[in-house]
Order: sequence, then C-alpha cells, then structure tokens
Amino acid sequence: MKRLFTLISLLVLASMVLAACGPGAAPTYECTDALGCVKIGPSEPVHIAYWGVLSGADASLGEDSKRGVEIAIDDKGGKLLNHDILLTTEDAGCVPEGGATAAAKLASDTSLVGLIGSSCSDETVGGIAAITNAGLTTISPSNTRPVLTDPARGPDYAGYARTAHSDAFQGKAVAEFAYNFLKVTKAATLHDGSAYAQALQQVFADEFKALGGEIVAQEAVAKDATDMKPVLTTISAAGPELLYYPVFVAVGGFVTAQIRDVAGLEDVKIIGSDGIFTADLLKGGGANSKGMYLSSPDFSAFTGDYAGFIAKHEAKYGGSTLSTFHAHAYDAANILFAALEKVAVVEDDGTIYVPRQALREAIFATKDFKGVTGTLSCSASGDCGAPVIAVYEIMNSDPASWNPTSADAPNPKKVYP
Amino acid sequence: MKKENFIWNAIKTGLLGGAVAIFICLIGMVEIFSKRDVIEKTITLGQFVLLATSVVAGFVASRRTLSLLGQNKPVPNLIAGLLAGLFTGILIALLVIFGNQVNLRAVFLNASPALYDLLTLKKGMGNIWVLPTAGAISGLIGAAYLLLPQILRGPINRSLLFVIFMALFSGLFRVVMINQGPGMEIAAKFLFGQSGLTLSGTIIFFIIVVAITMFWNNKGRDIQTSISRLPKNRQLSLRVLTFALIAYIALGLPLVSGPFIAQVIVTVVLFILMGLGLNITLGFAGLLDLGFVAFYAVGAYTVGLLTSYGQYGLQHIPFWVAVPIAVLVAMAFGAVLGLPVLGVRGDYLAIATLGFGEIVRLLAGSDFLAPYFGGPQGIIGIQKPCLGILGEFIKVDAPRICNGIELGKPQDIYYIAVASALLIAFVAWRLRESRLGRAWMAIREDEDVAEALGINLIQTKLLAYMLGAAFAGLGGAIFATLIGSIFATSMQLIVSINVVSLIIVGGMGSIPGVIVGAIALIGLPELLREISEFRFLLYGATLIVMMLAKPEGLWPSQATKRELHHADADNITAENLI
Amino acid sequence: MRTSLGERLLDLAVSGFLWGFRILIVAAILIGTIASIRAGKYTSEQWIDFVVFGIAQGSIYALIALGYTMVYGILRMINFAHGDIFMTGAFGAYFLATWLNSTGFIDKNPLLGLLIPILFAMLVSAGIAMLVERIAYRPLRGAPRLVPLISAIGASFFLEYAFRGFFGPGKYAYPPIKALEGSWNILGVGILKVQVIVTIAAFVMMAILYSIVMYTKMGKAMRAVSENKDTAALMGIDINRIIVSTFAIGAAMAGAAGVLFSLVYRQIDFYMGFTPGIKAFTAAVLGGIGNIPGAMVGGIVLGIFESVGPSLFLEGLGIPRPYQLKDVIAFTMLVMILLFRPSGILGERLTTKKA
Repeated sequence: MKRLFTLISLLVLASMVLAACGPGAAPTYECTDALGCVKIGPSEPVHIAYWGVLSGADASLGEDSKRGVEIAIDDKGGKLLNHDILLTTEDAGCVPEGGATAAAKLASDTSLVGLIGSSCSDETVGGIAAITNAGLTTISPSNTRPVLTDPARGPDYAGYARTAHSDAFQGKAVAEFAYNFLKVTKAATLHDGSAYAQALQQVFADEFKALGGEIVAQEAVAKDATDMKPVLTTISAAGPELLYYPVFVAVGGFVTAQIRDVAGLEDVKIIGSDGIFTADLLKGGGANSKGMYLSSPDFSAFTGDYAGFIAKHEAKYGGSTLSTFHAHAYDAANILFAALEKVAVVEDDGTIYVPRQALREAIFATKDFKGVTGTLSCSASGDCGAPVIAVYEIMNSDPASWNPTSADAPNPKKVYP
Repeated sequence: MKKENFIWNAIKTGLLGGAVAIFICLIGMVEIFSKRDVIEKTITLGQFVLLATSVVAGFVASRRTLSLLGQNKPVPNLIAGLLAGLFTGILIALLVIFGNQVNLRAVFLNASPALYDLLTLKKGMGNIWVLPTAGAISGLIGAAYLLLPQILRGPINRSLLFVIFMALFSGLFRVVMINQGPGMEIAAKFLFGQSGLTLSGTIIFFIIVVAITMFWNNKGRDIQTSISRLPKNRQLSLRVLTFALIAYIALGLPLVSGPFIAQVIVTVVLFILMGLGLNITLGFAGLLDLGFVAFYAVGAYTVGLLTSYGQYGLQHIPFWVAVPIAVLVAMAFGAVLGLPVLGVRGDYLAIATLGFGEIVRLLAGSDFLAPYFGGPQGIIGIQKPCLGILGEFIKVDAPRICNGIELGKPQDIYYIAVASALLIAFVAWRLRESRLGRAWMAIREDEDVAEALGINLIQTKLLAYMLGAAFAGLGGAIFATLIGSIFATSMQLIVSINVVSLIIVGGMGSIPGVIVGAIALIGLPELLREISEFRFLLYGATLIVMMLAKPEGLWPSQATKRELHHADADNITAENLI
Repeated sequence: MRTSLGERLLDLAVSGFLWGFRILIVAAILIGTIASIRAGKYTSEQWIDFVVFGIAQGSIYALIALGYTMVYGILRMINFAHGDIFMTGAFGAYFLATWLNSTGFIDKNPLLGLLIPILFAMLVSAGIAMLVERIAYRPLRGAPRLVPLISAIGASFFLEYAFRGFFGPGKYAYPPIKALEGSWNILGVGILKVQVIVTIAAFVMMAILYSIVMYTKMGKAMRAVSENKDTAALMGIDINRIIVSTFAIGAAMAGAAGVLFSLVYRQIDFYMGFTPGIKAFTAAVLGGIGNIPGAMVGGIVLGIFESVGPSLFLEGLGIPRPYQLKDVIAFTMLVMILLFRPSGILGERLTTKKA
C-alpha cells in the first residue's frame, strides 16, 4: 500500500517538474517586445499559416487565395531570411464557430509568425479575438465586410488587416454602373440571408437612392430555397428595370435560371457580385447567364504585373483561376514577407527572433507597396487594399469558356468603367 | 461438404472487402489521407486505411472459416485470410487497370491519375502486382491475428489502438509538448514527426502499452484485491487522492494546452449541457424533441441582447446577471413550445418540434425581426465575463473595461463551462432520483398508464420541456460569450440532430453516457480536423454501426440495458412460436 | 381520481393557451389575406402564377412523400434517409442524361429523353434504398423506435457525404430538354411546359401506385403488413419481401421526383435532398400518414401554401421580405394540423378500403 502511495506521489511530482521545465541556456538576444518574440532555430522553417474556407461549397474561394500565397512563396524561392518557408493551412468552414476553432488552433501554435486569412468575413468575426490576443497578425485577401476595418472596430481587431476591398466600395460602384451606365431608374434587390449579401444590397440601395434612383423592391429568400419564381413574381409586381442579387452560387444559379420564366421580368437587367463571379454560376444559370453583369475587383486595373502572375498560376496549376482574390492573397503574403524582413533580428548562427508587436506595426505601416493589385498603403484600421471595382458582362453561357483574364476572349468581359 | 464452402466464403469476403476499398478510393479518402502520415515517411494514413481493409477482410474470412470448420485447423483459416486479402487487392488493381482505359473521372471526380499513382506507388502499371500481393499478405495477417492466443491479443489490440490514436493526434501532442519547454521539446520531436509518429515513437509507444497491459493482466487482480482489503480510511484517502489528481489535471489543462484544446473542451461541454437537457426531455420523459437547438438559441440570444455593447444590446448588464435571466427565458420558451405539442405523440412530436426549431432559427435571422435580433448580421460585441466591477457603458461598439480579471480567452471560459457542467450533472442526477424523475420515466414507458396512476401529464411534460430547455439555455449563454457574437446560422437543425445522436450513442438516460457521447461525437471530430473532410461520412457510419452493435450506448444506464436485451428476448420467443 | 384546484387551473390555462394560439394564427391569416388582397399589388394572373408554381413544387414534394408515407405505414419508422434517396436518383439520371445529351439523343426523342432517365433514376434509387434497408434497417426491426431512427439519420449522413466524396461539393447542371422549354397556354394562363409535365407525371405515378396498393396481390399484402405485421406473417406473407418491396417502390418514386426536380430547377448537388426530405415528411403528415392520396394532397397543399403564403398572409401583415419566412408558414401549418386534425387532411391508414 505504501508503495502505491509513493508511486502516485512520484507521478505527481514528475508531472510538476516536467511542466515547470524552464528555458535552457540564456538567449543572446533579449526580447523586449510587448507581445513577445518568436524564436526560429537555425534549421527551422519560418512558419506561416493560411486559414480560410478549404472545404465545402465555397472551397474554391479559399483554395484560390491559398494558391496566391503559394505563388508568392515560390517567387521568394521558398526561402525567407535564409530559412525555408513552411505554409500550413487551417480550414474554417466559412462560419463563425469554424473561424473561432481555427483561430484557437493557430493561437496555440507558438511557432507561427504571421497569418494570411480568413476567406469569409464570418470566419474573421469568430476568430479574430483569439488571433489578436495571441500576438499574431493576419492579413485577409478576401474579407469584404465593411465593419472589419472600420476605425471604431475595437481592440480585438488590432491584429487584422486586409488587401481586399470593402463592400462599401463595391455596392457604390454597382449603383453608379446601374444609374449612370445602364441608365435605369427603378431597381430591385434580392439577398439570400447571408450577412455578405444583405449588407451589400443595402449599400447598393442607399447609393442608388442617393443618385436619384428608386428602389422598388427589396426581397430575400432562404439560402436553401430552390423555387425562386414566387419571390420573383413579387419583385415583378413592383415593376423594376434591374435586379441586383449579390448572393452566393446556390441561390444565384437558381435565380438566373428561373428569372426569365416569370411574367414581367423577361427584359430586366440582372447584376450579381463577386459571390457568383465563378464558372459555377454558368452551370446553374444556364443559357440565361448570357448578358448578366457581375461586379468584381477590376483585374485590368491591377497596376502590378498581373499578367505575369497569371502566367505563373497557369504554369503551376493549369487551368484558369478559381475565384477572384488570388492576386490579393499574393500581395498579402508579400506584405507579410516585407514586414518580416524589416523587423526580424538575425543572429550570427542563423537564429531568427521575430518581435510580434514590431511585426504588427510594420504591417500596418506599409506604404506605397508595389503589389500586383496596385500600390498599397495600409491605413491605421487595416485597410491595405486599392479598391477598384469593375463590372463585367457574361458573353458566353458555356462554363468551359469561363476565363475573365483572357486577353482575346475574356468571359466575362469588362464593360465598366 | 463444408470444405468448398469456406473457400467460396473467403472469396466472397474478399470481393466485399474489395468493394469497400474501391468505395474508399472513389470518395477521395485515400488521396486526402495520403497527405497525412501514420508513421512518418514510412506509411501514410491513406495506405493504412487500404491495408486495414484487407486485414479486416482476412480477419472476417478467417472467423467465418472458424465457424464453418471448427477450432483445430489453422491452415484453412490462413488460406481463407490469404484469399480474402488477395481478392481485395485484385479488385483495387482492377480499378486501376479499368481506370487507365476508361475515363472514370467523367463520373467519379476522384478516379484521377493522381489516385492511380498513389495506388501503384508512383511506379505505374508495371507495379500493379503490388496491390494483390499487399492485399494477400495483409489478409494473412488478419487471419493469423485470429489465431493468436488470447493472452497476446488483448495487449496487441490495446497497443495498436493506442498507436493509431497517438498517430492521429500527433500534431496536437507535438504542439502542446513543444510549448512546455526545451526538455519536452526534444522529447516531442523524438516521438512525433511533423505529421504522424516517428518510427522510434511508434516502437516506444507500442512497447510501453504492451508492457502496461501485460503487467495489469498479471498483477491487476492482485492490486485490486489488495486495495479492497485496506482499512476504510486508507481507501478513502486513496479516493481523495485520485479525485485530487483528476482535479489537478482538469484545472491545469488549459494552462498547459493552449487555447485550441480549451476551445474544443468548451464546445464538448456545451454539448454535454445540451445533452443533459435533452436527456431529461428524451431520456427520462421519452419526448422526442428534434427542435432542441431552439432553446440553445434562446439562451445565446438572451445573453447577447443583454450584454452586447454593439448596436443591438438592449441592456448592458454583466454576464453573471445575464446568465440566470437567459436560463429563465429559455425555461419560459420550453413551456411555450411544449404547450402546443402536449397531446402529440411519437414521431409526430419529432417533426413538430423540428418545425419549432426551424421557426426559431428563421425568425431570429430574418429581416423582419432584424431591428431586434440583428438579422443576418447577427449580434456582435458580446461582453466577456468579468471577475470584478464592470466599467461604465460609454457608447455603442466600445467594449466596457473590466476592473478585475476579464475571462476572455477560451482557457478562461473553460473554467466557467466545466463548473456549469458539474453543477448541471449534479442537478440532473438529483432530478433522476427524485419523484419527478420517476414520474418522467413512467410517462416514457406508457403515458396512459401513468395518467391512470395519478401522474399529471401536463405538469410533468411541461417540467420536462422546461428543465431541458433551461440546461440548453445555459449552454447557449456560454456559447455566446465564447464566440463573442451570435448568428442565426449557428442554430441549424444539425445541432439538434447532433444532440439526439450523442445521447443515444452515449446511452439514453445515463448521465455518464452523455459525457462519453459528447466526447465521441463532438470532441473527436473537432480534434481530428485534418480528417474533417470526411467528418460527416464517418459520423453517419458510426451512428449506424453503433446502433447495430451496441444500441444501448457506450455507457448505458441499467434500465436501458435491461430494456434492449429484454426486447431481444421477446422477439426470439415470438419467432420460435411460428 | 381527485384533481386538485391547482391542477384544474393548470388544465384550464393550457386549454386557454391552446385555443388562444389557434385563434391567433387563424386571425393572423385572415387579416393578412384581406390586407394583401385589398392592397391589390398582384393581378389575378399573378395570383394564378403563384398557385401554379406551388402545384409544380408540391408535386415534387408529393412524390417524395409517397415513399415516406408507405414506409411509415408499414414500419412505423421515419426514414430520414429518404430525402437523400431522392438525391441519388437525380445524380443517376444526371450522368445518363448528360451522356444521352452529348449524342443528341434527347433532342431527337424528347419523350424517350424524359422517360429513360426517369426509369434509370428509379432503378438507382430503388437499388440504393434496398442496400440501405439491408444494412441499416433490417437488423434493427425489433428494436425500440429510436434505434432505427438514429440508424436512419446515420444512413442519411452517409449517403450525402458519400455522394459528396464521389462527385464533389459543387453544383451540377442537369441538361434541359429543348422540347420542354417555353410555356403552354392553358385556359388563358401561360404555364411553363416543365411544370405541366412534372405535375402530370406526379399524378400518373400516384395513380399507378394507388392501383398497385389497392388492386394487386402485393398491394394487399402490403396493406396486411401495415395493419398487423405478426398476423400477416402468420397468414403466410413473406414479411421481408414486402418490406423490401415497399422501400424499393417508395424509393423509385423519390428517384423519379429527383429527375423532375432537376428538370424544373436545373441545379443538383449532394445536399439537395435534405430540405425536400423534411418538407416531404411534413406533407405526408399533413395529408395523413400512411395514406397514399393523402401524401399527394399534402404535397400539393404544402407547395401551394409555400408559394402563395408569404404574399397572401405575410405581406398583408406588413412583414418585410416575406419569402425568407416561407418555411415558417410550412411548419406552422404542420403544427396547426397536428392540433386541429392530427390524423391529417385525409386521415390516417393505408388500409381503409370501403368493404
């Protein structure tokens, strides 16, 4: 019996000793950073992570941005400050809980120096607190929700910046397109219950009204709805000349396919946004997709070498790009690399120390950075993007012909500005 | 007579195994699992899964042969296993051969050249013989396993399971150990590779577990008897020490493991809370409620609306005051949603409550109620709990300052969650032993008889709904503060289905069962995020397998066990009569 | 039996609440309807449009509901995986139809181009349903009610995610039949050709099913098993065969529904069966579970309410974006039926035959 007692006490003692195992030899570099430093040994890689939606129906968005990061790493020769770059990924599932869990996992990993992500704004809302509190900084290539870089956004967002545009710009651009270019005065909107769609169509509605137009109907459906004809009939009863539905592919495809079957809507102009800027829309929308307009970041306004980027993408992955934010991800990764090179302390033996607060400040202090998407400068609240929105028209409803960046036969083709 | 049968049996088993293996390939499991190692640089998870299929085929064939031929002939068993494994491998090979001729990819996305490369170890068609051979060998191993003496089988079983467990969770262990300091860091890198276990790690774990199991098998009995022979006060102090150890680990865990594991544990605890609630409604009272997520939502939204510093915050009161209010509001909802369906029974109740759950979700996220509940934008800016005085509410979107300790991180909320779970488990236990609990069980058995015995159906059912709702509401309250924001899209039907599944898999009506079920169905998938692509597929398969093998659950209450085996006994008698 | 004052008050409160609930809903419906019609936002053609859309959607629900109602009638079990059987039929037909389309077959033979995929879908669905029955349901026949229910839920997830594994999470576009594009002018109202075809097909299949159940020997056996399984076994009926046939026939109906759905809505994906499955079960309960014409009626009624309801009831009540709450109407209707008339519109029982 006594033996058992001793055994248990020894176990308890052992665990306490192991847990209290302190640091070894004293480091030659004293880390004075407010948030601590990441120590990278001479043979260890520089560890960055990409977090976003990598599974499920929206996986193409997350996958597309991840490819941008991978190309940026390739351009650096896979090395930063003479260490290999290690890219790991976390799937956040485009929902807040997913973002929270992915962020918690990333926050636990003390070998991470910086993050690129998330893909969906919902993920950021759920996860940013954990990331900021762990001293990490993340640059998002595709979050577009306006509140995320609002100056009054709160301390949880101190570690958040983005190279994507805010939807405040996109809604405005579409409204201007509708009023000034298409010359319509009566518009209707439809959203699918997602925060993205609802916010975007509201921005459009407000701007359209400010320009002098009239919003005759604002309707909504549930995300899993399949029969759009009743709600389209409701919209038709209000007599619009244009319908703006900035939704995701599930609802977008059904609306496009069914809209011409509804009496009164045979000739209305239809516009969507970057949520359906993908070949999948053509699959669901069918023949009706031809002539539909889509808003998206303006690829031709990218002042950097976008053509070169596309060539690298083609060489590495084959086929056209999957979604719209690959170049933004490329720029985000490069901004991170530039900031790392600026603040990292490199010892003679190759050990690197990355002070976290200094890194964060360096990212936010980015000025006149020559990225692919434009000359980027980060604001104090994290807006690094150069938001130029264009409107494209779908020329061909065959999904195989989807290639927005093609030089001779772009589908969809830019029509505004 | 039986001799031919066993060969044919083995071939059939092999063909079935082959079909399963092809299925696994075509759903993309092999490709994705190949990105993860079991033993670093030696064997990937994808290869492991395929080999496991052949091993199992061999094992099953061997077992059938055993039942066909009797005990004393090892050779036919081995032949059966070999054949089964061989045919499994042949079928996989056929897939590769066929796939190279016909473009299967037009239909099955995963029947790609990349897959064929994986299957032939990147050496093309010339290597195709690898598949049947590997299959045959693994089948043989599976059959041989059956022939091992019992003394060896137990330890080997446990060690294999342990090694696989460690391999799957190697990433987690590695990160946690590295964070502890240089001593642990070296150990971590020795045992765990970047993905999977190192070869040395595998061997070490295997040996350790075999040793421990064999030790326990030999000496375990003796230790147990010597403990029971101790004087009472020594036994008591032993128990106290064990509890203290568990408490020490439980309290220290978040400090050691970081926010991710704390987050996962909190999520598991939330489902435990909901499970305990549904355990009352469904487990004790037999009311099949598929809209349980509604009460979770009510608790979450109440806390959100009462504590948020965003634009939708109605009041700005501290978390500790908001939680009891949320529980009371959830109870009220329990009554309101329970009343219309008091007279509804069985499966109709299921679909009606499902409807309620959906109604609550749709209304909460609708534009109609958006001015109050935030609509699709949800409620953000939920204040974290504060151990101290909360500062003044200044303006919208400005978090209030906590003069004290702010429990903001998942590690902090972990303590709140675990404390709540212990409290609620205690309450549930007392309720079960009480008169009310027995009234519920009477209703579950037969409502009419219960009524005839004087139990007030309305009162008892309402209390079941209300108490179940209260527990779920508490869960929702903690969820709201954990994520800091609430969206109606988090309150889907799938959450209700998860809760029903976990109490059934854990053992209906059993409180430890709820905990086990939550860990199995919620905790494991969260921790194994690399396998998240197939999470629901495995989830579905697990549910079916559990119901076929152990319908009373993993940790059943005594009543359920008797019930289910009683039913079996009845069936046999009836059939025998015919 | 003595009831205390407190208990009697409680009873009174509960009945009062229930009556209040019913009156509230009916009042809301009436007020909303009157206000909507008074507002005059929609022309009568548009109202007819709403109804027609609802009938087409409802026919699809009805076909799926047939499977639910038959299985429930015989096994007293909600086959949660039934909605996913519907999905498997759609996928099966998709691949066949795409291949036929690429050879131009469908353009030349529109009728065959419609029927062949439907038959193929029925085969695929029936096959998969029989497999599911064999693996997940048959061993659990004697178990308490919840056990096969959980197994069914597991089967549902398994099917969904297996198909996701096979075919990916993206959407597939079902090839349209050119001959079916456009609309017909029926009684002065323009109705889409596909919608007419879908409705007619659903009624035809229901009629066939009804005849099978009422007038054939197997149908009689089915009704016997649904009345009392043990007695039927004693009478010499092969229970297993009947149960398997029930699953197969119900699944075939769902598979056909999958094709019709694909023709009308064009997009299919692995998750498409989830919501229609729940709606179809609601329809089956509405019409009277176990009752074949009931499933039809329930489906059509549900479809119409979903289509017309938001415009008719909710808009009049001043609710913005009423179509977001379409499902609220459906489920409220379900609860009302369960309160007013639990046996459904046409009453329960597969078997009531006028002697």
